[in-house]
Amino acid sequence: MKRIYVKEEWCLGCHLCEYNCAFANSGLTDMVKALRDKPIYPRIQVETDENGVTYAVSCRHCTDPICVKSCIAGALSKKDGVIEIDHSKCVGCLTCVLVCPYGAVVEDGSGVAQKCELCMKNSCGAPACVKGCPNGAIVYEERQAVPASD
Amino acid sequence: MNFYPEFEVERNDSRCIRCRVCERQCANEVHWFDADGKVMLSDESKCVNCQRCVTLCPTRALKIVKSDCRLRENANYSDQTIKEIYRQAETGGVLLSSMGNPNPLPVYWDKILINASQVTNPPIDPLREPMETRVFLGKKPKHIRRNADGTLDTKLAPQLTLSMPVMFSAMSYGSISYNAHASLARAATALGIYYNTGEGGLHEDFYQYGKNTIVQVASGRFGVHKDYLEAGAAIEIKMGQGAKPGIGGHLPGTKAVGDVSKTRMIPEGSDAISPAPHHDIYSIEDLRQLVYSLKEATEYRLPVIVKVAAVHNIAAIASGIARSGADIIAIDGFRGGTGAAPTRIRDNVGIPIELALAAVDKRLRDEGIRNNVSIVCGGSIRSAADVVKAIALGADACYIATAACLAMGCHLCRSCHTGKCNWGIATQRPDLVKRLNPDIGSERLINLMNAWRHEIKELMGGMGINSIEALRGNRLMLRGVGLTGKELEILGISHAGE
Repeated sequence: MKRIYVKEEWCLGCHLCEYNCAFANSGLTDMVKALRDKPIYPRIQVETDENGVTYAVSCRHCTDPICVKSCIAGALSKKDGVIEIDHSKCVGCLTCVLVCPYGAVVEDGSGVAQKCELCMKNSCGAPACVKGCPNGAIVYEERQAVPASD
Repeated sequence: MNFYPEFEVERNDSRCIRCRVCERQCANEVHWFDADGKVMLSDESKCVNCQRCVTLCPTRALKIVKSDCRLRENANYSDQTIKEIYRQAETGGVLLSSMGNPNPLPVYWDKILINASQVTNPPIDPLREPMETRVFLGKKPKHIRRNADGTLDTKLAPQLTLSMPVMFSAMSYGSISYNAHASLARAATALGIYYNTGEGGLHEDFYQYGKNTIVQVASGRFGVHKDYLEAGAAIEIKMGQGAKPGIGGHLPGTKAVGDVSKTRMIPEGSDAISPAPHHDIYSIEDLRQLVYSLKEATEYRLPVIVKVAAVHNIAAIASGIARSGADIIAIDGFRGGTGAAPTRIRDNVGIPIELALAAVDKRLRDEGIRNNVSIVCGGSIRSAADVVKAIALGADACYIATAACLAMGCHLCRSCHTGKCNWGIATQRPDLVKRLNPDIGSERLINLMNAWRHEIKELMGGMGINSIEALRGNRLMLRGVGLTGKELEILGISHAGE
């Protein structure tokens, strides 16, 4: 299965992936209308350490996802390898946010959880963060080793 | 003295989403976010118009425009001329510039047109018929002798084999970044052409690309040692550079850091100033000694290139070089680029490559020594059409560097000498160097060269020529427009309509 991988060596910390993600999941067709004068809640987030290393963090779509196990409302599920979230079922307990070892599940601004679904459910069709990365630091590809969360 | 900035940052606030990408990506620190007013502000006096911010702005909220605020100009004293005098009056310094001569001096390529076949000598369709773009650079024998069984008896001098008549010319590691060198080396290898180390030595990581590397020996001898000489496919002696004929290279100490200083074999932070002459070369006989020293050191396996700037007596100089034992002459015209050069030298010294090339090819033919050397020409070869015209004027191959930099992302802002290249090319700052991902850089170089190769084939096909060898020095395929009789005479071409 194709997953999103980040090449830390090439991440510039420009944060464009965050804005492309927020726009892709906004349901709107104009980026200005979607993002201007609003806080953004991207599903990919650039982390920076004290040495200036930057790294974009998003869901790894683990083979054995602990977030799915922990969900008390049955909102998280795995479909064809992609871990999906049904916002209508989410009760906002945010247990998934706490248990995710990668910090890849986040709150969406309205109290419920959200996470990367590889842009499968929006009009983008393929991960917007990958397409918009100016330095090829985020890739969407098939790899042998896949992460298991626990 | 304060001037109104040369460029203005125009931000369409109704489109700005405050993502602050412009702020994070500008090494010149033009943009910043004002938390009080929740707006992006800018200090345009720092802007060099490299357009990194424009390129990455996700909502196209930014543009950089040339300021229309000028000093009171006249036809003799332009805004720039006046400001340069002010700057020198203030600092007492030599003005520095980067990249090639920007002045509106004639570009002869644009006044030369290419022929095409009609009716009698039919054109060739490169999509349906084979076209040969491969060239061999090096000394060619005067006569070929064969043994009774048909095998070659004549011993051939070492040759460089190029899949197409274009190479990446010298840009030192130091003047450009590790990732830029990686991109060039990988692309040259994939394409079956060559890139040139420039005068800063060869980083140990790139010895693996040696088969497609030309190693340079310049007057400063930076980074030159036995393994280095043996690592490449050819050795180039740099006598001069088109952007700054008559002076040596200058790498500011701020760029001589880490691996750059190690590769150059100089202390960290020290300016790497190449002498104007090679202190052991004051005649063609001296040059011959260096040519043969280098050949001896590499057991006569590698061709030796001598690179000179196109200057007034270029034909006589080339004639001397062709007799020095060199295998290839590289001529660099006055529009060639540089990472740093004194402005007055860049803008006023040297001659156009087109005239130099035509003069050299003619002189060597007249003297019967054209086969002694191959000719490589450089100094602002901008397109496949320039390559075809250069070959028809007598070049065996072309060197490109500015075009290669553009392929890697350069936006020709001409600020290389500041060391703050926002595109990760002409810089050694680690955070900027990483902006050039060699996976992307090499792919774009390969794309550019493949595109040119297609265009070269199409232009050749149009002329009814199916081999680049048959185009070399074929000046009947060229016509001039708007040129004087003298210019046409030097170029050795007829006027359009003749």
